[in-house]
Amino acid sequence: MLSKRFLGIPATGLLAIAAACLCLQITPSSRGAPAETSGRVDFLRDIRPVFQASCISCHGPEQQMAELRLDSRSRALVGGQSGRAIQPGNADGSLLYQRVAGLGDQAQMPMGGKPLDPRAIELIRVWIEQGADWPEAAGGDGAAIERHWAYVAPSRPELPKVRDASWVANPIDAFVLARMEAQGLSPSPEADRVTLLRRLSLDLIGLPPTIEEVDAFLADDSSEAYRTQVERLLGSPHYGERWGRRWLDAARYADSDGFEKDLPRIVWFYRDWVIRALNRDLPYDRFIVEQLAGDMLPGATQDQIVATGYLRNSMMNLEGGIDPEQFRMEAMFDRMEAVGKGILGVTIQCAQCHNHKYDPLTQDEYYRLFAFLNNAHEAQIAVYTLEEQRRRETLLQQIREVELELQQRHPGWRTRMETWERDLDRDLPQWTVVQPEVDDFSTQGQAYLPLEDGSYLAQGATGGSHRVKMTIRTDHRPITAFRLELMNDGDLPMGGPGRSINGTCALSEFEVEAAPADQPDRMRPVKMASATSDIVPAPLELTPATEGGEPRVIGPVALAIDGKEETAWGVDTGNVNRNQPRKAVFRAEQPIDHANGTLLTFYLTQKHAGGDDQGTGNRNLGRLRLSITAEADAEADPLPRRVREILSIEPARRTPKQMGEVFSYWRTTVPEWGRFNERIEELWRQHPKGTTQLVLSERQRLRPTHVLSRGDFLRPGKQVRPGVPAFLNPLAENGPADRLAFAHWLVDRKAPTTARTLVNRIWQGYFGIGLVRSSEDLGKQSERPSHPKLLDWLAVEFMDRGWSLKSLHRLIVTSATYRQSSRATPQQYREDPYNRLLARGPRFRVDAEVVRDIALAASGLLRPEVGGPSVYSPAPEFLFVRPASFSPKVWEEAQGWNRYRRGIYTFRYRSVPYPMLQTFDAPSGESSCVRRPLSNTPLQALTTLNEPVFLEAARALALRTLREGGDNREQRLTYAFRRCLARQPTRAEVGRLLAFLSEQKHRLADGWVSPWDLAGYSPEDRPRLPEGTTPAQLAAWTALSRVLLNLDETISKE
Amino acid sequence: MSDQHRTGITDPHEISRRWFLAQCGVGLGSVALGHLLGETGLAAAGQQRSDPLAPKAPHYAPKAKNVIFLFMAGAPSHLELLDHKPQLTRFDGTMPPAELLEGYRAAFIDPHSTLLGPKFKYSRHGQCGAEISEVLPHLGSVADDIAIVKSMTTDAFNHAPGQILMNTGSQQFGRPSLGSWVTYGLGSESRDLPAFVVFSSGSKGPSGGNACWGSGFLPTVHQGVTFRSAGEPVLYLSNPKGVDSGLQKASLDAVRDLNRMRLQAIGDPEISTRINSFEMAFRMQSSVPDLMDISKEPQSILDLYGAEPGKSSYANNCLLARRLVERGVRFVQLFHESWDQHADLTNRIQTNCRDTDRPSAALLKDLKQRGLLDETLVLWGGEFGRTPMVQGPETDGRDHHPNAFAVWLAGGGIRPGTTLGETDELGFNVVQDKVHVHDLHATILHLLGFDHTRLTHRFQGRDFRLTDVHGNVVKQLLA
Repeated sequence: MLSKRFLGIPATGLLAIAAACLCLQITPSSRGAPAETSGRVDFLRDIRPVFQASCISCHGPEQQMAELRLDSRSRALVGGQSGRAIQPGNADGSLLYQRVAGLGDQAQMPMGGKPLDPRAIELIRVWIEQGADWPEAAGGDGAAIERHWAYVAPSRPELPKVRDASWVANPIDAFVLARMEAQGLSPSPEADRVTLLRRLSLDLIGLPPTIEEVDAFLADDSSEAYRTQVERLLGSPHYGERWGRRWLDAARYADSDGFEKDLPRIVWFYRDWVIRALNRDLPYDRFIVEQLAGDMLPGATQDQIVATGYLRNSMMNLEGGIDPEQFRMEAMFDRMEAVGKGILGVTIQCAQCHNHKYDPLTQDEYYRLFAFLNNAHEAQIAVYTLEEQRRRETLLQQIREVELELQQRHPGWRTRMETWERDLDRDLPQWTVVQPEVDDFSTQGQAYLPLEDGSYLAQGATGGSHRVKMTIRTDHRPITAFRLELMNDGDLPMGGPGRSINGTCALSEFEVEAAPADQPDRMRPVKMASATSDIVPAPLELTPATEGGEPRVIGPVALAIDGKEETAWGVDTGNVNRNQPRKAVFRAEQPIDHANGTLLTFYLTQKHAGGDDQGTGNRNLGRLRLSITAEADAEADPLPRRVREILSIEPARRTPKQMGEVFSYWRTTVPEWGRFNERIEELWRQHPKGTTQLVLSERQRLRPTHVLSRGDFLRPGKQVRPGVPAFLNPLAENGPADRLAFAHWLVDRKAPTTARTLVNRIWQGYFGIGLVRSSEDLGKQSERPSHPKLLDWLAVEFMDRGWSLKSLHRLIVTSATYRQSSRATPQQYREDPYNRLLARGPRFRVDAEVVRDIALAASGLLRPEVGGPSVYSPAPEFLFVRPASFSPKVWEEAQGWNRYRRGIYTFRYRSVPYPMLQTFDAPSGESSCVRRPLSNTPLQALTTLNEPVFLEAARALALRTLREGGDNREQRLTYAFRRCLARQPTRAEVGRLLAFLSEQKHRLADGWVSPWDLAGYSPEDRPRLPEGTTPAQLAAWTALSRVLLNLDETISKE
Repeated sequence: MSDQHRTGITDPHEISRRWFLAQCGVGLGSVALGHLLGETGLAAAGQQRSDPLAPKAPHYAPKAKNVIFLFMAGAPSHLELLDHKPQLTRFDGTMPPAELLEGYRAAFIDPHSTLLGPKFKYSRHGQCGAEISEVLPHLGSVADDIAIVKSMTTDAFNHAPGQILMNTGSQQFGRPSLGSWVTYGLGSESRDLPAFVVFSSGSKGPSGGNACWGSGFLPTVHQGVTFRSAGEPVLYLSNPKGVDSGLQKASLDAVRDLNRMRLQAIGDPEISTRINSFEMAFRMQSSVPDLMDISKEPQSILDLYGAEPGKSSYANNCLLARRLVERGVRFVQLFHESWDQHADLTNRIQTNCRDTDRPSAALLKDLKQRGLLDETLVLWGGEFGRTPMVQGPETDGRDHHPNAFAVWLAGGGIRPGTTLGETDELGFNVVQDKVHVHDLHATILHLLGFDHTRLTHRFQGRDFRLTDVHGNVVKQLLA
């Protein structure tokens, strides 16, 4: 019985195995003898896993070597080319057994692989001997796949009957107790109140309870005392931090791009959105929909758009010389995996290269799912805090008011504007778009992606300082002028037109060379007569990014033809209106006119990156288009492109908004309105800068999706339309099959795995292991749940309660199961090391962030502020510079209170993980993680012993203890102890710790250690100590606090 | 632990679980039971309930016990170092044949660029007559101890993916590194040092970052631990200011005693693991500084490597690698990122060789004279090769080239004095005895006693391995 409980498997299975073991032990003399009658080999449990692991890849849905299939009962029994594979009751006569056992003279199966484990062979033998029972349900037909439990939508199961009904606090306990009773176990007693409150507090908010909170709970003798604590903690803003961090693991959140340059990215708005969404208990179905397609919701708010940052948490490779499409695909695969692991609980990524080997997902179906996500821009937008949003609204209102004032003061404005429009030059030059060939070498590792409208989109690494060379042969003649358009694009930061973080760019020089096409050697520079543009910025000297860097100026377009690389045409208005399409026209002094065609070479010099060439201030062009004309005196249309587009609409059909835009432009052209225009400009200058966020925005033109042969983007196969796999719930019938529909499909009530996956993972968060161990995979390869009906009950209950996460948490923490004591005998720990049977409370080390948070909270250093930019917590500088890091990274160590923010706010570089968090198993964000490892290593010990923050915590705890912990050392010890562990120390603990304290005091008195060094202060900068306290005392208490912070129990949930 | 061959348990997780069960006296019956049931390891649950670094035996008798991987990050030019191409000299300045370039993708250059002749002379070395470039004279002096593979090939032509592939067997992040697979399979022989140690030298960190020595989905304990040859050798190794060794010892004693009291009260065996972790941490605090102190090495040894105590250099790291292996560290990896010669190749390769040639050869000589080379596999190489075409204009650079590159191996069951494989006359494609990165990995695991198809870890519903579904042991390299 002992081993049975230990393995946690059904009794019938054990008997079968016992039988097989027996056979194995007496093999070979007993070969052919009937297996012991008391046990049967079970196909689903014992045989199919062997087939799946070793046979199906060649004899399954994908390949049918020798026409044999072992995934289908009927096909397997018929056999393949060599004849019937299985003769029920006669193993020795069955080809299947002969071949896997290596009998006879034919090659042993699996062909070319290692032979099966001897016991697997023996199981197959016994199975055939016992009649090769293959249940119809398990693949009765090759086409009809048996419904795996997780692929059938959960329904509410009956509550099981239990003997000890008094133990059941809520239905969870009925399921748990029924299983325990079946195994002859009984629950552990309820944990004592202090342990329980510490467990609850660590679980719900990731912080230990304060002494006051513990005392209040102990003093509360109402029957609702525990529930009061549950509600207090569920209402805490730290709840969102605690559970948000776990979602961020699944969302592979980090603050950098990954790959070699691993540039920082500013995406903390997404992190804060997660925290806030959990705090306001946004229902899980909406939580998912907003993250997958918040941008597509009607009237999407900034928050809903920010939520799509979930999909954008993929890494980005900005290495020089990459093929951007390759890494866009890598990011797409990453998104699919994140959705599969984190939301669906299905290993869909396995079907990226081929049909899924175990689950009924074809490669086509994978790419049909992929197609839902494949139609978005990789956008970066400006986002504003609530305060900034208010300021922004006010400003926009003020601007409208100034415009209104203008209109009121000048009642004839409308007529005047109409006249202006009528008199506008409609006779614009005819331009011919040219798309010259780009010299790849000249782009400095950038990729120039040609688009259908003749423009180029710069992608991949930012090129820093470079001079793009582009060449074309044209028959147009004459050529009098050249136009360069800088265009917006959904894939550029803030929509472009440039590649700097704010979407701007600068053109240092614009040069053209021309030659007769039949005399390419006669390439000559084209001398430009003039340059005009639709923006005339005042010259601005840029601060060199590096000390002693060359001065750089941006300003009017003439600076692009002045022959000086230090000066450039800039298109930055200095405010939020900077992200406009722009154009410049360069007129040649002499028309170019060659009878047999012309060779043109364009050089676009971009050397205004300062020292931050690879980073955020690169000022590279983002999307550009070149045109030529034959007309004389061509100039840049001064009207912004957008205004010109509106004017092409019949006046009666223009919307008020469009008319407003025309007015806003027109007023700037009215000479006597300078004062008003300046007032408005001033208001724009006050516009909040905001911060950035990576999001998705749906493309207008559908991007085709192809099945990629072996997942290789260079080998596209047939095109597929968005669609969902046949084995899951159907897509809603009405409406377009787009990303939003996909999001709704994921959280449909009929989705069989979504709710189960979520409740399983929440359960894992409390008990260390899910009801299904593999929380990322509920598919056919997963182990049966330890409590299948409990899983289904929780999933249904969760959905019935409106997908409320707080409600689910409340349910779990108020169960008797959760409230059990984790005290157990070593034997009980051995028999059920992972507590699958839940006959005791959970006990394990807390998550990495919480390890740090506990030390900060116990010492009183912790800062409770929620949200905001990520902080550079203390870390050794060398990690962020060469040669440790590929490129130097910003790490301006936080000073003051930002040092002591919660671990969730520590800045995360993917290539240089924060050492303390990494050591305690925090994931790096390179891929989705729904199950952290839980290691216990010497490096962890070194960290809590010696890492500066832990030492600062020990010092702060000592000082606080001396100031507030009471008058004598017993009181003080209890105070410090309770700040770390919540409970009272035992007498033995008090004795041991006081002995340590005395010993240290003596050593300090003897001068072994400098008290000020240990206490962390210089004698000049000493803190105020309570009267009668010596530096040696402070030092000794620091040593004692350090011991407390290093206890296993301090960083464990009991 | 040789009894695993009797029980047929090959998954190291099974072994560690078995060890755990044996320790805890549950008995063999239930082990066999669990195995037959296909219960893939309680140890796989993500919780560590046994010592994952306990020494384990591989599948069969190994040739090598330890590995030192000298990773030349940035991708050294095979054409200037190990793959002699006299015809390339002849064709210098001409265009490569168009058919060669069909479907070829380059990172930076237009593949239709002129060929660049090799910049250095080659000569034959040792009894075996291996052809080695003049910039590697010290490697030449150990030519009879090494095996050169001129026919390496890879799938990636950008640095980060290429380095990740070379170090984890996959271009995608998130897979365990070679070193972590090895410690996962073999455990550790050292009680007071990590099993997998990483050094970095050169101009910057490797493009692949920490993922080059990450543990992926294996337990975190298999992750490489970075050491530095100058400054604090391991993060947070030193006692903080004001804490002397007496206080540290007293503090650890107090922590241990309180943890023991808690163990008594609660019964969770994880507490005893924590006690052990603190003990090893304390041992590391004295063993690591002792290990890192190369000033006690005789001058002749320092000279051999060109090592200088107190400096941070590749030479010092090579000497430290030997000292680590001597102390039972399983896998030592040196990253030297400085080989990305898109320009100024002649000068910069000379500089790199001045920094690395002597120490690399010294490491082999030193291991050999101590009788350690037989059981230590040494491997030198980068993530891909360089184009035979020039990356110009007006300078001598070469672009990334995945089709062909060269590495060398020594010791640990490698057949010494071998040169394997051939590229075409331009050094563009492999024409004989192609060795893919997966094959190299299969061979390394083979030398350590593993069938690379059987060293697996179950994750997300399937068994993962270093070589995925690829890899063949390169028999010609085996002694």
